[in-house]
Amino acid sequence: MTRRPVDTGAPDRLYTVTGGRSRADDSFDLVTLVVAECGPTAGMQSEHVRILDLCRHPTAVVELAAELALPITVVRILLGDLLATGTITARHPRLGQTAASHPDTALLQEVLHGLRNL
Amino acid sequence: MGSATSDPPAAAPPDATAPSGRKPLTDAAETGLKIVVVGGFGVGKTTLVRSVSEIRPLNTEEVMTQAGVGVDETGSVTAKTTTTVAFDFGRISLNDRMVLYLFGAPGQERFWFLWDRLFSGTLGAVVLVDTRRMDDSWYAIDRLEHHRTPFVVAVNRFDDDTARHSLDEIRQALALPDHVPLIDCDARVRTSGKTVLVTLVDHLYQLALAQESAS
Repeated sequence: MTRRPVDTGAPDRLYTVTGGRSRADDSFDLVTLVVAECGPTAGMQSEHVRILDLCRHPTAVVELAAELALPITVVRILLGDLLATGTITARHPRLGQTAASHPDTALLQEVLHGLRNL
Repeated sequence: MGSATSDPPAAAPPDATAPSGRKPLTDAAETGLKIVVVGGFGVGKTTLVRSVSEIRPLNTEEVMTQAGVGVDETGSVTAKTTTTVAFDFGRISLNDRMVLYLFGAPGQERFWFLWDRLFSGTLGAVVLVDTRRMDDSWYAIDRLEHHRTPFVVAVNRFDDDTARHSLDEIRQALALPDHVPLIDCDARVRTSGKTVLVTLVDHLYQLALAQESAS
């Protein structure tokens, strides 16, 4: 298991990474799948470059956070930047963020089928 | 929790198409789903996640800023506190399009604010129980019922548990309603972990079926 300190003793680093911002784009769920739409360009912030590299294939927000060793909130801020410039697209989960949205039987049947085939 | 082995931080790989050890999803992957495993410290949450996950469980952290009341026990009067909470997760590709993420969530009372925010939209939850420390499970069950998150209870049978309470005894001790599935498991064993997940999703399916036929 990968277990490493993310922000221990280095709040400055997180401040620098986000340019001092602390408000994240809430539209990114933990399991939103992110896909790069183009490669990194010259002069891009190194964290943005790494995200675009990691997202050559669909990659969940939570996996990005683990790979980048950054807190989820920071990753959401960085993803918001990339989304705004059209360099990534986001595939959001079908189940909404509200408790009211329950999975339907068709979806659950697919999940059961997948689990039984493990 | 498993033993915390520390790996070197993943450096940016020279060939980013094949980062060391990373197993990418298929390009058709479009739907992420969540199941949460809750339980007290040392009950085997990470072990369960590891036994069924297609990737080595990863760990990540979230820095939560929250009004201080009820968040921690320091009695601080500051308006906001910042708490860093770590959690483990694993992954199961169900088919080309659907991928299930399993989160091991700390069950202690002071972490539940995080649970509410980070784990919204979960399919359901597995409460992992150690019969030697059943007290740890009550709070988790209470909060799940409060949030109307469907769940099953899995008793992780430890080899050195001499009491061997029956499931009926455990159901009584936890004051668990009859409609909540309760099963034995061995979190170390893949087939057992898989059975736990199938039991949960089958339970969710029955609930959805009842709801659809009622409407």
